[in-house]
Amino acid sequence: MGKTLAEKILSNKSQTDVRAGDIAIAWVDLAFAQDTTGPLTINEFESSFNSLADKDRTVLFLDHAAPSPNCQLSTDHILLRNFAKKTGCLLSDVGEGICHQIVAESMARPGDVIIGADSHTVTAGGLGVFATGMGSSDVAVAMAMGKTWFRVPESVKVIVSGNFQKGVFAKDLILHLIGLIGADGATYQSLEFAGDTIDRMSISERLTVANMSVEAGAKAGLFAADETTRDYLTKQGRSGDYQPISPDADAEYVKTIIIDASTLEPTVSQPHTVDNTALARELKGVRIHQVLIGTCTNGRIEDLAVATSMLKGKKSHPETRLIIAPASRNILLQAIKAGYIQTLVEAGAIILPPGCGACLGLHQGVLGDSEACLSTANRNFKGRMGNPKGFIYLGSPAAAAATAITGEITDPREVL
Amino acid sequence: MLKGKAFKFGDNISTDHIVPGRLAHLRSNLPELAKHVLEDADPTFATRVKAGDFVVGGSNFGLGSSREHAPLVIKMAGVSAILAKSVARIFFRNAINLGLPVLVCDTDKIDDGDTIEVDMEAGTIQDITNGNKVSFKPIPPFMSAILAEGGLIPYIKKYGDFKL
Ligand code: SF4
Repeated sequence: MGKTLAEKILSNKSQTDVRAGDIAIAWVDLAFAQDTTGPLTINEFESSFNSLADKDRTVLFLDHAAPSPNCQLSTDHILLRNFAKKTGCLLSDVGEGICHQIVAESMARPGDVIIGADSHTVTAGGLGVFATGMGSSDVAVAMAMGKTWFRVPESVKVIVSGNFQKGVFAKDLILHLIGLIGADGATYQSLEFAGDTIDRMSISERLTVANMSVEAGAKAGLFAADETTRDYLTKQGRSGDYQPISPDADAEYVKTIIIDASTLEPTVSQPHTVDNTALARELKGVRIHQVLIGTCTNGRIEDLAVATSMLKGKKSHPETRLIIAPASRNILLQAIKAGYIQTLVEAGAIILPPGCGACLGLHQGVLGDSEACLSTANRNFKGRMGNPKGFIYLGSPAAAAATAITGEITDPREVL
Repeated sequence: MLKGKAFKFGDNISTDHIVPGRLAHLRSNLPELAKHVLEDADPTFATRVKAGDFVVGGSNFGLGSSREHAPLVIKMAGVSAILAKSVARIFFRNAINLGLPVLVCDTDKIDDGDTIEVDMEAGTIQDITNGNKVSFKPIPPFMSAILAEGGLIPYIKKYGDFKL
C-alpha cells in the first residue's frame, strides 16, 4: 500500500516505515519561534538545555510587533536578539517580514519537517513540507534535540478541478472548504490537495490554501512539490533545494472531498468563526470601517497586484480605512518597483511595515467598539483584532479592494 | 481523585478568548497575564475560579493560536483539568506538555457550577450535583507518559530522549 505525503515525509525523517496512527520520532529541519511565543520558548529552553541542535536551522522572527508598540514587547525583542547573539541562531529582525513568508521564501525545502511556535507554520505545506505549529515547550525541545514526536495523521484528499470564475481566487476555495467541513472538520488530520486546479496554482496561491488548513483544525495542509515548486525555488535562487515529492497513487485516505472550482463564488467568513461562511454578494450592504490587505495568508506580491489593479484611479471610501501590510521586505521592494505602492497610496491606502500589523490586534489598526473590518487574514475570532467588541470578516484581496472602494462588503465581480 | 467546581463554556473557545493577542505585552509577566485568563469568554472567571476547579468546554476547545500561554494561564489559575467534547490539536498537545490533563467526554451531562469528581485511573467523571456519570476517552499512551512526568520538559529531563 502506498503512502500519503504525510506518511512519506514522516517515514523519511524518522527513518522508519510509519503509517497514519503511528508515533514517529522525526528529525526537524527547521525550528522557529516568533516574538510573542519566543520569550516563553527561550525560557523553557534555558531552564533545561545548554545548546542548540543546529544553530543554522533555528530561527527567531520579530514580526508580530514590528516595530514594537510598547516597552514590554521591546524588551522581549531584546531578549530574543540576545539569545540569537549568544547561541548564533538566525534572527529575522523587525522589518524583514512575517515568519511564514520568510520561511517560504528562503528556508523551506520540499520534503522537510518544519515546526514553528505559531499555528500558521502549516503555510510551508504549499511547498511540499510537513510543517506544523506547536507550542513553546515542543519548539524548545526541538531546538535542543533536533527532533520531535508526531502522531502520523490520517489524511483527507481534497481534489479540486476546473477553472476559477473571474473574481474567484484560492482564498475563496479555502474559505469554501472550511465552511463545508467546519472549523474542526480536519482536526488531527492532514489535508492533501490535488487535482488540475491545484496543479495550475502558483506557489503564492498554494501558500494561501496551506496557511488556512489549520482553520479546519488540520495538522498540515500539503501539496506535492512539482515543476511550479521548482520554478519558485529557482526564482528565489534556491534551485538546489528542490526535490519532487508526491503522494503514491495507491495511498490511503480517510476521506476524499471533491470540489468543482468553476462553481465557486467570492466567499466571506463572518464573525466570529472562520467556518461561518457566506457568499460576498449575500452580505451586500454590511458596512465596513476598515479593510486590511496583508498577513501571511494574502500579503504577497500577487495579492497586492490584484488589489492595485482594482484600486487604480479609484479612491477608497472616505469612511473606510484601507490598510496594506506587505508580508515581507522582498514583497515591499517588489511592490515599490512595480509602482503598486504609489497607486495604492494615491487610492487612499495606509502602508504598514512588513509584518503581522493589525492581524492579531497588537497595534497598527485595532478596531473600535462595534467597528467591522474586512481582512485578508485567516482568523476572525472574537477579540482577534484587539477588541472583543469588533467584527471581522475574511475575504480575498479582490473582495477586500472592492469593499474598500464601496465601504460595504462587495462582490469583487461588481468592480472588476 | 480530583474534585472541584465546573465552569462551563460553549463551543469554539479560542486561544483569543483565553489569552487575547492584544495582551501580548504581558506574556513575559505571567502572573499579570494570568489575571486575564478566559477574559473574552467570561470576564468574571479569573476572580471566581479556585484551585482544583475545572474548565468545561464544548466542542473544538482551544482552537486557534499555538500560544502555550493559553493552557499555561489556565493551569496557573489552579484548574486541575480541562473537560471538553473535542479539543483543538495544538492546544491539546500544549496542555499535556505543561502537565495539565485534557479529558474528552460528553460535557452536556455536566452543568455549570456543579461539583464534579474525576477519577483519572478509572477514566470517569462523577457530577456530584446532578448525579450524572460520564467516562472520558483515554489519553494516548505516549501523551500519558508525558503527563505522568508533569510535562514534556520534565519528561525529557528524566529520560534524556523520546521513549517509544
Ligand atoms: S500575519 Fe496574522 S496569522 Fe499570520 S503570523 Fe502574523 S499574526 Fe499570525
